[in-house]
Amino acid sequence: MDFMVFQYPMITVQACLDGILLGILFALIAYGMALQWGVMNIINIAQGDLVILGGYIAYFMYLYGIHPAWGVIVSPIIMYFVGIGIYKLVINKVVDRDLFISILATFGISILFMQLMNFAFGADVVLANSGYGTTFLFDNNVVLPNSKIFSAFVSIVFAICLVIYMKKSKLGRAIRATAQNARAAKILGVDTEKVYAATFGINAALCGVAGALISITFTIHPYMGLPYTIRSFMIVIVAGLGNLPGVALSGMGLGVFEEFADYILGTEFRIGSVFLLLVLILVYRRFKLSKKREYLK
Amino acid sequence: MKIKNIIITFFSAIALLLSTSVVSFAKVVGDKIVLGAAVSLTGKYSSNGVHTQNGYNMAVDRINSMGGIKVGGKTYKFEIIYYDDESNPKRAAQLAERLISQDGVEFMLGPYSSGLTKAMAPVTEKYGVPMVEANGASRSLFTKGYKYLFAVLAPANLYLDVAIRTAVELNGGKGVKIAQAFEQDAFSQDVRLGILDAAKDTGSEIIIDDKLPKELNDMAATLVKVKQMKPDVLVVSGHTKGALTAIRQISEMKVDVPMLAMTHCDAAKLSKQHGKNSQYALCASQWHKTLTYKDKWFKDGMTYDADFTKMFGYAPPYQAAESSAALLVFKDAFERANSFDQKKVRDALAATDMQTFYGNIKFAPGGQNVSKPMVLFQVMCDSSGKCENKVVAPLKWASAKLIHPIPKWSER
Repeated sequence: MDFMVFQYPMITVQACLDGILLGILFALIAYGMALQWGVMNIINIAQGDLVILGGYIAYFMYLYGIHPAWGVIVSPIIMYFVGIGIYKLVINKVVDRDLFISILATFGISILFMQLMNFAFGADVVLANSGYGTTFLFDNNVVLPNSKIFSAFVSIVFAICLVIYMKKSKLGRAIRATAQNARAAKILGVDTEKVYAATFGINAALCGVAGALISITFTIHPYMGLPYTIRSFMIVIVAGLGNLPGVALSGMGLGVFEEFADYILGTEFRIGSVFLLLVLILVYRRFKLSKKREYLK
Repeated sequence: MKIKNIIITFFSAIALLLSTSVVSFAKVVGDKIVLGAAVSLTGKYSSNGVHTQNGYNMAVDRINSMGGIKVGGKTYKFEIIYYDDESNPKRAAQLAERLISQDGVEFMLGPYSSGLTKAMAPVTEKYGVPMVEANGASRSLFTKGYKYLFAVLAPANLYLDVAIRTAVELNGGKGVKIAQAFEQDAFSQDVRLGILDAAKDTGSEIIIDDKLPKELNDMAATLVKVKQMKPDVLVVSGHTKGALTAIRQISEMKVDVPMLAMTHCDAAKLSKQHGKNSQYALCASQWHKTLTYKDKWFKDGMTYDADFTKMFGYAPPYQAAESSAALLVFKDAFERANSFDQKKVRDALAATDMQTFYGNIKFAPGGQNVSKPMVLFQVMCDSSGKCENKVVAPLKWASAKLIHPIPKWSER
């Protein structure tokens, strides 16, 4: 245990800012997961792998001399169609089955994607250099890479666009109607099949954006998807479905929590602490739920 | 009843005879010595697995075309049976079992990585099959008392030892302040133990001692501490991920540290992926093409580099060079043993004392190579932004002078 993070106020500030910037990016991935969970009742284990695939698209643009920031535009477009493809091939067959089947199916997709990416792109760790500089705050005591600021900013822009799209557009309204009551929506003329496909596509596109941002800020590797799946699952569990401000807040909360866990417990417990928190929250929810039931009796 | 028994005995005798003859044919078929190898052609080690395989193939080609191996007055050629271990230790152990008991292989080459070598070694040991490996450096491989395991490379604890000693030397023999961050895997933890030993020897102090997770892609917290505590040396080991992440975040956060020492820089293609940001990083390496070791088959490092590039279309990382060296060791041992008896070959391997283009090879009783030091190279860039790895330590092999301390980011 090391409480250095509290001894120097500048490190506290640094940890908080790092965590918030990171958390915003996590929230974007989690929002996609919440959307598809809410609409289709599918927990997508392959979420993280879609993120990594999105990252590879940006990386390949970078390899061919295009600035990887353009990946933020290109990657979601490609990923949207990848998402539709996965839906048509697999997801539409499990969409109205129980949750367990869909978890198994997406778990299978996850393994398949990992191996395919490994096969196609190789097992090397890669990254795309944005060449963005660094921002110094508080007399050079707090350092923020501009790539992190850029990715938080892009995530916010995409989240806002998505909210507006869901509120205003016809498809957005159809998606929300299906989420509320799929059967009623169907009776009222919503083509739920199309809605499902679009939802899966939108989720994949969000993963594409996040992946492009991750290739700019961190590193990508075919087997690095799972931590992103776990984080977004965790954020959705805390925030609940269909609660966008909740997703954003719990995303940032998780980011800050991770940073502090990193300083206090050590980097090796960073991901472990997320798992621990997940278990605690699930136990707590269960506990609350059982209390309610007793009360009802 | 009696007749049945006789028939059963008869057929089992034939089966036994056939099986033994298959085994003895498998190791040396006609004029071929068949070696077995499980390497990672898929899975997370596949890039280095392919380097390993290419290194083996290159040496087989070269030895065969230069006259092969002479045993008992007859000339033999090498042949390798490969299997893909999928980067999975369990699979590697199964394949070792299969190579030995089904394919009848009596001599083995190692897989890629310490973890997989650790999985295979108990199997080869059990059957008394000599294994020369070139890609498992973990210290724990050499403390288990294995008799049939030989590694042509220097053990992991020596990887960055020379960096600490150089830093102390440059500090006028006084101890230095060390910050270190190591991934939690067998190899990196061994490198860490080496640093602890070196620190103790030189009276240096370790002020930051972080462990990095397997899913590592963010080490900002460690670097913030480094900024605050200003160590003299920062040591990072976490395979290619560690090297890439460290350089990315050090350059983005403008962390100034007089010496930065790492492992896996060439596997991570640091100078290619990060360009000038990777400048001045010190990297531990088993081999570098500019070293002046020589042998009959590959001449020297530069020739090996050129020949390998011609054959496979890319410059050989040290993983390929050490794999090629493993075959040279086998050839030498077969000729000295003048026999295919596993025990005799094992004893000949244990008595190996030779120079190859890759370095001197002489095995300690534990099986590790003790006569080849690690080299340190430094990434150096010219004004056009082209970066190259130049050997700076040990001094005997140095092709450039170490730049120390690393210039501050504000002055670059």
